[in-house]
Amino acid sequence: MSYWEFLAEHGGRFLDGTLITAGQFFLSAALAIAIALVAGLMKLSDNALIRTPAVVYIEIFRGTSLLVQLYWIFFVLPLFGITLEKFTAGFVAVGMNLGAYGAELVRGGIQSVPKGQWEAAYALSMSPARRMWRIILPQALVNMLPPWGNLLIELLKGTALVSLISVADLMFEAKQINGSTFLSAQAFGTALIIYYIFARLIVTPFMRWLETVMARKIGKA
Amino acid sequence: MEDLSQFPLELDGADRPMVSFRKVTKRYGSLTVLDNLDLDVAEGEMVSIIGPSGSGKTTVLRMLMLERIQGGVIYVDGQPLTHEVRDGALVPASERYLRRAREPIGMCFQHFNLFPHMTALQNCMEGPVQVLGLSRQEARARSEELLDMVGLIDKKDQHPSRLSGGQQQRVAIARALAMRPKVMLLDEVTSALDPEVIGEVTEVIRKLVREHRLTIMMVTHQMGFAADISDRVCFFYGGRIEEQGPPSELFGNPQKDRTRQFLSAVKSAD
Repeated sequence: MSYWEFLAEHGGRFLDGTLITAGQFFLSAALAIAIALVAGLMKLSDNALIRTPAVVYIEIFRGTSLLVQLYWIFFVLPLFGITLEKFTAGFVAVGMNLGAYGAELVRGGIQSVPKGQWEAAYALSMSPARRMWRIILPQALVNMLPPWGNLLIELLKGTALVSLISVADLMFEAKQINGSTFLSAQAFGTALIIYYIFARLIVTPFMRWLETVMARKIGKA
Repeated sequence: MEDLSQFPLELDGADRPMVSFRKVTKRYGSLTVLDNLDLDVAEGEMVSIIGPSGSGKTTVLRMLMLERIQGGVIYVDGQPLTHEVRDGALVPASERYLRRAREPIGMCFQHFNLFPHMTALQNCMEGPVQVLGLSRQEARARSEELLDMVGLIDKKDQHPSRLSGGQQQRVAIARALAMRPKVMLLDEVTSALDPEVIGEVTEVIRKLVREHRLTIMMVTHQMGFAADISDRVCFFYGGRIEEQGPPSELFGNPQKDRTRQFLSAVKSAD
């Protein structure tokens, strides 16, 4: 059986899996960005009551394994009365994990904005919230886009773990096809190629484009 | 604890100073930068502050706009700035009060600090729209007028990265003026500039002094310029005012040794 015949027979399942992976990617990325923004800002607060929850959150989710977190959210939380459907549990786990890494990027990005910018915004009597939203965050965003590109690729690869709680993503389909055909090289090779294409031909170029657009907005390009 | 009851709750009377430092002390850790400073600046007065580095001259401006003090009280336009009145007594100002009290003050910085993600016009409109609540139309009209005054109306849609240092500083002056301040603080606004563009910035400041009734406090290293446009020059040394007076006297006939030493050192370096 040639590889083309293999693809013709199983291509539909790879496509289904890829769509689920894409869904996991976009939902967990959105969640990670939202969490990163909130936790990153909280971690910069002068108020310990605001800062501490963020520090604890970041420590737990960066300091333990994504797989263990996934199992906790899917298998352990129901014991406490919180039952998530497996697709939801999957992107929530990945989003919360990568969000903790993203929080550090947000914090670093904000701290990289020169002190003079804070002072100039203060000298215009801008409120703390306006200063952050109008002056600091737009500049921080430009500074942190390149590391976010890396993080999103990590996130994409992290979504493969959701196959372990039976979310029918690309990795799950590859395993199923391998199990029924024993064509391991073809099954996992195809998965490898699709992940690579997704990362290198979609995520990375999109982030590059975003960097260019933002650089132009800030008048750097 | 310092006894705040020695300070009035507000300054009144027609001849009250626009800015008044009363026994102001500023420390960074164990280092006392300003020690029991008393300084009054009248409305419409142009005061230059000179002195060696570390003499506390920039700190005078930063206390008005950016930093807290450890002793004494500062008044602006008769109202306490560093303190607020609660139950008939002065207490250290809350962040919110402090920000409000600083609204009549504008500041320009050595390194301009324009917002890089905004055009010259947007830089000028930001404060009026976001803080003063002006409509975009009003803010635009006001900003364009000021950019015209500093001679940069044709650059209004440029980002700061496309402007020279002198142009950036002129935009920064327009941005501060767009808030219609009563007091303007100029912190070494020409120190980071190439020599050939210093003139375009000092020209704008001259125009300000001539055409606007603005109280200005300027920290500078340009003695000639300070002599030219100031009503009064204060020479700072070791966290206090060593000598002050009209420029003709301070530069023409300095009384103190330290003033003479400083002025001759500056002159020989020039």
